[in-house]
Amino acid sequence: MVAGWFAGDGEDFRLLGTRCSACTSVFFPREDSHCRNPGCPGGDLEEVPLSRRGHVWSFTDGRYRPPSPYVSDPELPWEPYTLIAVELPSERLVVLGQAAPGVTVADLAVGMEVEVVPGVLHEDAGTTWTTWQWRPTEVTA
Amino acid sequence: MTQDVAVLGAGMHPWGKWGRSFVEYGAAAARAALADAGLEWRDIGSIVGADTVRGGYPGYVAGATFAKALGWQGARVASVYAACASGAQAVNTARAQILSGLADVVLVVGADAAPKGFFRPAGGDRPDDPDWLRFRVLGATNPTYFGLYARRRMAVHGETPEDYAQVKVKNSAWGALNPYARYRKPVTAEEVAASAVVADPLRLLDICATSDGGAALVLAGLEFARRHGVTNPVRIRAVSTVTPRYPNTVLDLPDIATDSAVAVQPAAHTFRESIAHAAYEEAGIGPEDLSFAEVYDLSTALELQWYEDLGLCGEGEAVKLLREGATAVGGRIPVNASGGLASFGEAVPAQAIAQVCELTWQLRDAAGDRQVDGARVGIAANQGLFGHGSAVVAVR
Repeated sequence: MVAGWFAGDGEDFRLLGTRCSACTSVFFPREDSHCRNPGCPGGDLEEVPLSRRGHVWSFTDGRYRPPSPYVSDPELPWEPYTLIAVELPSERLVVLGQAAPGVTVADLAVGMEVEVVPGVLHEDAGTTWTTWQWRPTEVTA
Repeated sequence: MTQDVAVLGAGMHPWGKWGRSFVEYGAAAARAALADAGLEWRDIGSIVGADTVRGGYPGYVAGATFAKALGWQGARVASVYAACASGAQAVNTARAQILSGLADVVLVVGADAAPKGFFRPAGGDRPDDPDWLRFRVLGATNPTYFGLYARRRMAVHGETPEDYAQVKVKNSAWGALNPYARYRKPVTAEEVAASAVVADPLRLLDICATSDGGAALVLAGLEFARRHGVTNPVRIRAVSTVTPRYPNTVLDLPDIATDSAVAVQPAAHTFRESIAHAAYEEAGIGPEDLSFAEVYDLSTALELQWYEDLGLCGEGEAVKLLREGATAVGGRIPVNASGGLASFGEAVPAQAIAQVCELTWQLRDAAGDRQVDGARVGIAANQGLFGHGSAVVAVR
């Protein structure tokens, strides 16, 4: 779906951002054309893996089917998904993502530690669209 | 500080789901504003349209579309798009033309025919568009962002869903008194609590609907107003159209992530605070001077956020302001006496203009049963997707 936003398997799975060589600003989703810090003379933007773990900034869910371009099977009953916004302490930014399957709002609290894991956005006959998901570090399932 | 411009006329088409073209709503609102101003369409030297992007091709050229509907008469024309801030940018464009001497009197029009259900991005595969990406990759609708903000406020400030319900109760009571509002029935806290959860912790009645609607203003220079026999008009004293400052560290629609604060400390004001701050600076007033405020209550919880961003109270104190009734009828600083988006719903290019219509009627002491006693200074605050600030200060 989106090229170069994440890479790796299992424990090595990471979100990928970019970092400005001049001012150290980090960007996610990756910024490849120019540093967006208005006080920066502009440096090279280098790919950088983001922290694997962070803390829940907030969370919610989607009880109604989102419209296109979100892909879901209209033949199946809607299964609410959970969204988690996560503060990454070393990068000092907040990244939104879907929660891992089975994680509901009842499992979450602001400030809780979560980690990024690989996930599947949807599949059809020919393709599996992969994504990143957030999962509380205390959940092992 | 800039000079004031006069509001000579304000008009609306009632909001609802009418199933007609946005052109019809805009033309009706424009005619109402012209009649209110006591002017003919042919007296108007310039028309500024706030664009809709859901009306198909005509929506992108709203100024000329409304001019054609009213009858071509050769007026100067402009069309502006700034998402939910389109209306404020249209007001600002008109003001700039008046203050620079390009036009004496300008008609500002915004109207929309909104889709049913969630707003969605324009069609096609557009992975370079953050609005397309948040739907495609996350299924993140507007209400899911409202849910994130609400849950965050609950965790940080100790607010409850019952507090949020009281915002709806307050705004719906006013909306019931507004002939232009879509929803004209007072809502109880029990009804909010019984409505379906859309995005935890927010329920259907915590979230504004999508609506059809139109709003228009006739703006003029003070000299034109005097010549026209209006010696004490409602005046627009400030229009804030600021962008955020890097790093923008509050997760904002439609973004998937915030800017990083690793290299640059965030500015003293968040983006929403800076929208109000710029308006206050330009108007030469502070929040203590306000008689009332119209804020962009996409959700009940977001209205509380605006109390703090407008400086009506300190950070975390919005719920206290709500609970003590300061923002309700007869309170120290009534908020959304129009009924707000809670009662109107969103008609994107019209809503910032509709806010200024309410400022106008309140400042003329012409708001009927929802009149704020002694209204002298009002602010309308709004925010447009992709970093469009929007606030208007009007005085009498």
